[in-house]
Formats: sequence, structure tokens, C-alpha cells
Amino acid sequence: MTHPTQALFSRPARYLLVALVVVAALLPLLHLVFPPGHTLHISGYTLALVGKFMCYALAALALDLVWGYTGILSLGHALFFALGAYAHGMYLMRAIGRDGVYGSALPDFMVFLDWQELPWFWAFTDSFWYCMVLVVLVPGVLAFVFGYFAFRSRIKGVYFSIITQALAYACMLLFFRNDTGFGGNNGFTDFRRILGHDITAPGTRAVMFLVTLALLVGALCLCRWLVASRLGRVLQGVRDAEPRLMFIGYDPLWFKLFVWTLSAVLCGIAGALYVPQVGIINPSEMSPANSIEMVIWVAVGGRGTLIGAILGAFTVNGLKSWFTAAFPDLWLFALGMLFILVTLFMPKGMLGLRLPRRRASPTALREKQALEEAA
Amino acid sequence: MRLAHDDALDTSHGAILYLEDVSVSFDGFRALNRLNLDISVGELRCIIGPNGAGKTTMMDVITGKTRPTAGSAWFGQRHDLATMSEHQIARAGIGRKFQRPTVFESHTVFENLELALKTDKRVRAALFARLDGEQRDRIDAVLRQIRLDDQAWRPAGLLSHGQKQWLEIGMLLIQEPALILLDEPVAGMSDFETERTAELLDELRGKHSIMVVEHDMGFVAHIARQDKVTVLHEGSVLAEGRMDEVQADERVIEVYLGR
Repeated sequence: MTHPTQALFSRPARYLLVALVVVAALLPLLHLVFPPGHTLHISGYTLALVGKFMCYALAALALDLVWGYTGILSLGHALFFALGAYAHGMYLMRAIGRDGVYGSALPDFMVFLDWQELPWFWAFTDSFWYCMVLVVLVPGVLAFVFGYFAFRSRIKGVYFSIITQALAYACMLLFFRNDTGFGGNNGFTDFRRILGHDITAPGTRAVMFLVTLALLVGALCLCRWLVASRLGRVLQGVRDAEPRLMFIGYDPLWFKLFVWTLSAVLCGIAGALYVPQVGIINPSEMSPANSIEMVIWVAVGGRGTLIGAILGAFTVNGLKSWFTAAFPDLWLFALGMLFILVTLFMPKGMLGLRLPRRRASPTALREKQALEEAA
Repeated sequence: MRLAHDDALDTSHGAILYLEDVSVSFDGFRALNRLNLDISVGELRCIIGPNGAGKTTMMDVITGKTRPTAGSAWFGQRHDLATMSEHQIARAGIGRKFQRPTVFESHTVFENLELALKTDKRVRAALFARLDGEQRDRIDAVLRQIRLDDQAWRPAGLLSHGQKQWLEIGMLLIQEPALILLDEPVAGMSDFETERTAELLDELRGKHSIMVVEHDMGFVAHIARQDKVTVLHEGSVLAEGRMDEVQADERVIEVYLGR
């Protein structure tokens, strides 16, 4: 017998993926090659918008790994996203140099607070690569330590979700304080350059877009490989029957901790890609509403599918962009309604609407249909 | 007779499991009360007793789910069960089937067995694990043994109740445990399925040490044969002996059989 999951993606999925990546990679080229006003020109606004959506999609992918596959519902993933964004933001603030409003080497908000020198934790942040290490380490270490104690104490289900939300909320309050040293409620903004390049220049935007695309596709392949491995099947075992897993000799603690930490790191990378493209990061990014919105992206697309998370992030944020322009007051109602409708009528999300998978044998499918009809 | 794990377990004194004066209290309620029990290597032991006699609590103590309040529990002469966690006990060689069948419903039957294989069960090993020919053969052999070879690629969630019970037993067997605990293996089974389960247990007799907790008297009488049966009552052993002896015991009739 051969195991049915040999290739990373099925053939149709692979073609679709390649086609989408090619189309996405063309966007920055169209932005650069055709002058504004030309029919084929893609505006910088559109490019930044799609770039932002890709960051959200990466965060959704990370959340799907823990929620969809492992059954751990996090209501605090916006925290990891924001921490990655802040870590990269520190470099971007330093890269402003003396071009700020006050012409000081210190970031403007520190001058405003009358600080004379950088706090110790801002050391080395003038190095881009050091900050990239922070992007991975800060969310990763926080998730590892938090996860270790939570999973070791066997905190599960709704209790775990509530604690993640409390953690994100506490951090948001911390970051709102000016004394914390991250710009208080204004956060970081007014970035000028990245690695010596003008951050608003079309070429820079195009490169940031392509880097985001590459990392999103890379993360998708990594996650796909992970869930198709035996480790992926153990994670689904944690979701479906954790006691069974323990009594056949697995220690769920390390499996949960692994996927939880990896998810936080991916989320941090998403935040780091987000901040230069959107141009601002402030503590409201850590708000509970943001974490919950991430959960909705995954639920709408279809959890436990990876592709669904990406699809959901694009769909919900596309709707949001249109809605907040057309009916700004109604967006939260629409979002809530969407979540209720999806939960009630599309428990498997948008991907639940597609044709049955090929992997299941015809007899298995017939039986499944019979069962569903009986239920 | 050569049993798996003999060397690591050190069963030189003949017993694979010793429970000595084990007590478990939950908020003042004594689920187990100075319970003494030992199981010999290769024995098939049936445990009966009315509801609340402490049967499931005893299994919880043996598998690390519940810590004894007092007393000691030893697996062979090397493993102090009171200090080990669930997965350590499972790795040491005790397999447990739950009262309600518990399998990974979204995985296929084959994948369920693959996860249970006796192999390195740490994160890194699981990430890079690939089945070798020997492991495939082992899975195929167990599939035939539990009579699910034609169901290998069906999701376990679609199996009948009885088939799920067999799959769970298969998941124990594939770990090659020295001691198997079965909590009501025929609960909710049809007569035909019960018969097949009895056949399956007969095949395992002597190859593993087995402890069966069961309500179904007919089934116990059938599988116990000349082996010892233990009757639990209010957290301790009420009687122990062959099935016919136990059935003739006045106290047993009073608390359990006579009702």
C-alpha cells in the first residue's frame, strides 16, 4: 500500500497556485513599467492594498495551523503580528536618522518625551538584520514561554482562548504607555527609507510586494509539508482525541508547543512585512477585535485547509475595503453577520462548497453522503 | 514464553502489575480503598463489579491519568506508575482501550495504526518520519488481525461502533504492549461483533498480559475460562477466583450478581 499524500499539492491545485503567483508577480511589474493613466497601470495604492492582504493571508495561515489543524483557538494572534511589526518598526524608526521633525538622531517620540538617549532595548536596532532576528525571536520566545506554562498546566479550549486574549490585551495596554518606549498610542510612523532606499519609491514598493509574495508562498509550502507529515497527523490527533494520543505514547505538550511557536513566528513575519507597506504600527493593532477578525478570515475561508485561510483573508478584507468606503458605519455589523452566517450555514467555510476531494474512494463518498443524509 | 519488554520490565518475580494498598480520594469520596491486586505475566484477568466499584479509577491509576492518594503501583519491578505521565507509561508498555471507542476520526484506519506504531514519538522524529517496509507489513498484519483490511483507507469516523472498538484494540496491539487494559470492550456491540471480539481476545491470550473490565457476564464467563476473575466493590477487592467460584460466593451474589 502506498500512502496517498505523496505530492505537496494535487495537480489542479498546483496549476492554480502557479497561475495565481504569476498574476500576483505581474502586479508590481505593471506598476513599474506603465506610466500612471495607462490602462495597464497598477496604482501604488492597489499594490500596497494587495501587499497588505498578503500579510493578512500569512497571519491567517499561521492561525489555521494552530486552530484548524491542532484545535487550539487563539484569540491573541494579533499580538504576535504586532510584535513582528514593532520589531521591524524599530529599524525603520532608526533609519529615519536626522530627517525627523526635530532633526535628532533619536526617534521623534523620544525627543518629544525629552529622553536624552536610546533605552537599552533599542541597542543595535539600527541594524536591519538584527531587527529581522528580533522579528522571529520576540514573538517566538513569548509564544514558547506562554505556551509552555499554559500547555503544561493542560489549559485547553475556551480557557486557553480567553487567556490568549487577556495576554494580547495586557500587552496592548503596556504598549499604549509612553514610558514603555515604543511611541505610546501613536506607535511608529513617518518611515523614510529601508536599507537605504526611499520607502515610498515605486521600485521599493515593488520589491517589498515581491518579497511578501515569496514569503507567503514559501510559508504555504512549509505549512503544507508540515500538515502532510506524520507530525501533521499527530497535530490533528491533538484536535480530535488528545487522550488517545497520550495513551499511545505521544506527549502532546511538545507538539502543541512546536506548532504554537511556529505559528507565532509566522505571524510575526507577517507583521514585519506589513509595517513598511502600510507605513504605521500602533498598539491598536493588538486589540482583541483584530485577533477575532483573524479568526473570522480562517472560518470564512475554511479552517484546516491552509488555502482556505488565504482565501478567507482576501475575501473578508476585500469586502472590508469596499464596505468601509461605501457604508463605513455598517462594517462591524456586516462582519458579525458574516461570521454568524458562515458558522451556521458553511461550517467548512468557502472551501466546503467545492467538489469532494479525489482522495476519498467512491464507496467512502457514498457512505459519507448516506451518513450526512441520515443525520 | 517470551513476551515483549521482558528485559526492560524485569518481571522476574512473575508479576507484571502490582497494586499495593492503593487509595484514591476525590473530595472525601474514596473511589479506591486500599486496593491490592497483582497480575501475572501472560495472564488474562477479568475485573467485574457494580457501577462505582472503582474499575475505571483503577485503570486511571495504572495509566497515569489519576495519581493514587496512597499506596503504590508498579509495572514490572522497574516502573513506579505513580511517578510517570500518561505517555511515559504508554511507552513503557501499557496500552489502554477506553470505554467509549476513541480513535482519530478524521484519519483513515491505516493512518490511525500508523500513528500508534511502536516507534520514536517525539516531535522531530514525527516531522521526518517515513514508513519502512517492515512497518507497512506490521500495519497490514494488524489490519488483518482486527479484520479491517478492506477498510484501510476509510476515515475511521465512518466505521461502525464495533469496528471502531477493533481499530482501537489494533492501535494497542501495534504498540506491542506487555500489558493491555480493556475497558468494556464489548459495550454496545452486536452479538456477532461480541463473538468476533472474543475470538480476537483468544488470539491474544498468552501473547500479552491482559486486563478486561466488563459488565457483560456472558462474555466474561466465555473469555475467563479457567483464569482468575476479580470482583471489585466499593474500591477494594471483594472476591477473587475462577468464574464459577466467584459466582457461587455469597457476598458477590449479594452486592452484584443477585440483583
